[in-house]
Amino acid sequence: MSRLVFSRKPARFAAARLAGTLMPGRGASVGPLSLEPDETLPLPSPEWLRLRPRLAGICGSDLATVDGTASAYFDPLVSYPFTPGHEVVADVVGTDRRVVVVPVLSCITRGISPVCHACEHGHIHLCERVAFGHIEPGLQTGFCESTGGGWSHEMLAHPSQLVDVPADLSDEAAVMVEPMACAVHAAQRYTGKETVIIGAGTLGLLTLAAITATRDRERTGPVVVTARYPDQKRLAKELGADVVCSTDELPRWVRSATGSLVFGDQLTCGAPHVIDCVGSSESLQQSLQVVAPGGEVQVVGMPGNVHLELTSLWHRETAIRGCYAYRRPDFDTALELVRRFDLGRLVSATYSLKDYTDAIGHAAHAGRRGAVKIAFDMRSN
Amino acid sequence: MPRPGFVHEVDRSSPPVLFWRGENFSLEKLPVGRSRVIYPPEPLPAIKDIDGAIRHALLNPHDQDPLPALLFPGMKLTIAFDDVSLPLPKMRRPDIRQRVIEAVLDLVAAAGVDDVHIIAALGLHRRMHEYELRHALGDRVYDAFHPRGMLYQHDAEDPDNLTIIGTTDHGEVLEINKRAADSDLVIYVNINSVSMDGGWKSITTGLASYRCLSHHHTGETLQNTKSLMGHREHSALHKSIWRLGKVLRDHGPKLFQIESTLNTDMFPEQFSFINKREWEWTAKDRATYLGVTKGLNLLPVKARRKMFHDIQSPHQMTSVQAGETSAVHEITLAKVFEQQLVPVEGQTDILTLGIPFVSPYNPDSVMNPVLVMCMGLGYLFNMYRNKPLVREGGVIIMTHPTYRDFNPVHHPSYIDFFEQVLTDTTDPVVMGQKWEKQYAEDEWYRHLYRTGNAYHGVHPFYAWYWGAHGQQHAGKVIIVGGDAPTVRRLGFTPASTMDDAFEIASDVVGRTPTISHLHVPSLLVADVQ
Repeated sequence: MSRLVFSRKPARFAAARLAGTLMPGRGASVGPLSLEPDETLPLPSPEWLRLRPRLAGICGSDLATVDGTASAYFDPLVSYPFTPGHEVVADVVGTDRRVVVVPVLSCITRGISPVCHACEHGHIHLCERVAFGHIEPGLQTGFCESTGGGWSHEMLAHPSQLVDVPADLSDEAAVMVEPMACAVHAAQRYTGKETVIIGAGTLGLLTLAAITATRDRERTGPVVVTARYPDQKRLAKELGADVVCSTDELPRWVRSATGSLVFGDQLTCGAPHVIDCVGSSESLQQSLQVVAPGGEVQVVGMPGNVHLELTSLWHRETAIRGCYAYRRPDFDTALELVRRFDLGRLVSATYSLKDYTDAIGHAAHAGRRGAVKIAFDMRSN
Repeated sequence: MPRPGFVHEVDRSSPPVLFWRGENFSLEKLPVGRSRVIYPPEPLPAIKDIDGAIRHALLNPHDQDPLPALLFPGMKLTIAFDDVSLPLPKMRRPDIRQRVIEAVLDLVAAAGVDDVHIIAALGLHRRMHEYELRHALGDRVYDAFHPRGMLYQHDAEDPDNLTIIGTTDHGEVLEINKRAADSDLVIYVNINSVSMDGGWKSITTGLASYRCLSHHHTGETLQNTKSLMGHREHSALHKSIWRLGKVLRDHGPKLFQIESTLNTDMFPEQFSFINKREWEWTAKDRATYLGVTKGLNLLPVKARRKMFHDIQSPHQMTSVQAGETSAVHEITLAKVFEQQLVPVEGQTDILTLGIPFVSPYNPDSVMNPVLVMCMGLGYLFNMYRNKPLVREGGVIIMTHPTYRDFNPVHHPSYIDFFEQVLTDTTDPVVMGQKWEKQYAEDEWYRHLYRTGNAYHGVHPFYAWYWGAHGQQHAGKVIIVGGDAPTVRRLGFTPASTMDDAFEIASDVVGRTPTISHLHVPSLLVADVQ
């Protein structure tokens, strides 16, 4: 029984940052992530439960953490050492329940009473007491010393964090529920007008699926998705994109679809809604290039430190709006959509914890290697 | 005395045959005993006194009064001329258009006519750059007329400067340039490189609106144009144009058509091997070929392209005739065929074509993939009279690098066409119904066409339609040496070598197909019996 632990080791962190910048995913082999024996965590309060993770996904924010490229913004929001892993399907110890974890740590999970205004209204992702309460700081399960994380054989969860998995849903499908819930949350701002999704990794594809689920294709504007690799393009088409193109081609498609003129590199019109599922300087700059005046760029991919030319934002009164996590009901929708679109097929490969460097290397180059979601498999010890 | 064209049956002693490959060449060995190479006639001698011949044509027109008799003080005169799409390559200065227009202007001045406008008859082609206008018309004409706004380019999207002349009995609306329509006389200055051009096509396309052109520039019409370069009665396109011409003749302004023909002396001395039959190559020709092809391989494609587009052709005028459009055009056609016609016996299973660096739609620009299709299936395939050189269901093999490269200034809508339309369909009829309107009415393309140097937004469709008959006729189209994904996007099959292409073709035409190679340059029309 073991777990992966991310420790506060500045020298190793620097090495991970260097290696991860040069070669994404290489931070796993030189950085502060290590495989250690499992340790029994104390329950923060009696109502907390012990879980045995079955599958735990590797997401973009995990990769940024392992490679040391995540923003320093998160430093006060995590507690070391922590076990990563927030896309988790697990068994509840002592029961026959198989659950998906809602990793956001809200006032309820932190034992804060009365709960904050946001949590009171179900907006747990906007919790105003984040990093406080009777557990160590942690943005989510998977970044908190007290809770452990999914990249292990044991972790803790508050009952409010658990969503039961129907018996007929595979573990592979279930592990897609958490990222799907993010996508469901993002798709709630879909307007039915011309929409651009930048990036066709896990988040891009799932956001596309969430939009497709709510959309009458005959009566809504085209959904244009940028994808880099052939498998991403194929999946984007399958999941309902009207147009799949490369990032180079995107401005031309948007211009054509919206009847726009062009000045310099800037479209005069554009798509009212651009969903950036990459979060890089380049993707955000392109979002501003193709978004309509008065339109919105929704940042779904975690951005970190970016450099942007914002004059067009000012001039065209466009908005950049973050999109983090979900509310609890989004998981119900996500469960339904994972089943409807058969999204378990997006789990391309699983690894045991001991092969974590290979797993993270695969996840870091998933698109190029024809993969979408890489996960750790703890079903056999 | 120039030798006529002829058909060479390939035997064991036949040397490899020259093929264009865009901005380079290759020599290809064709199978012995079942291949033939159709060589063009040698260039006819040029008229010795060109200016004298022009003046004679103006003073002795066909079925029309001499030009001086049509000119009077106070009249409104418009001179329209063929644009940069021909001749190819551009001719050495002075261009024929300059010589003809200067001769016309001498008579115009003598008659005291001062309301003269000169209009480049672009149709939906791109506006010419200043250097191209100066090349075609000469500095004297350019400097005298352009600064005063009396030399300009037709705008098929300017509603204030278009007017409807009438409608044909097939419901085709003839809408042309308002200045021309309102003139007391329109003089059209044409160059006839190929038999498809000239006649009523000059004004009814060169000075027409999109609405007018859209009647006959369609997938269906071009699929039913079974003889683009040969017999007009087998061309749905030309039948429509001739109907529009009748409307123009009956209800339009008075016309004075000046048509000229060129010989096929297309390349200067340093490329002398191009115009020769391969077995007549001298040691110097072989050395030149080797030097040119090896040297070109060392150059980046942009440098190669510039080198070829900078070529100024020595081709020269073989005839000039003026007067009533139909009468003039019949004489022109006879002269074109005198230069280009080659009798050929029967069809073959395969037609091979070397695709050059230039087509009518990319002078001084990039031969993009859509234009490769247009040049191969639209132009070279159609260089026949009576029947195509290749049998129906046969295979067309073209050689061209078919790079995925576009000139964004000249061909902006071509890029979108390649990305959007060709990923959806390569069927000219389907794309016409589904996509053409969007491109034709796109405000950005319209802006670029009207104010920049871009082909009209709909033009890639027209380029594609041009190959519609060839596309329908061929059982398979193979491009040798092309970028494979780009070739596939066109709906064709890529091959690395000519031998590979023959192997691929064997699926369609068997293992011992008969083969025709159309030897370009220069230009020829195969008169297939």
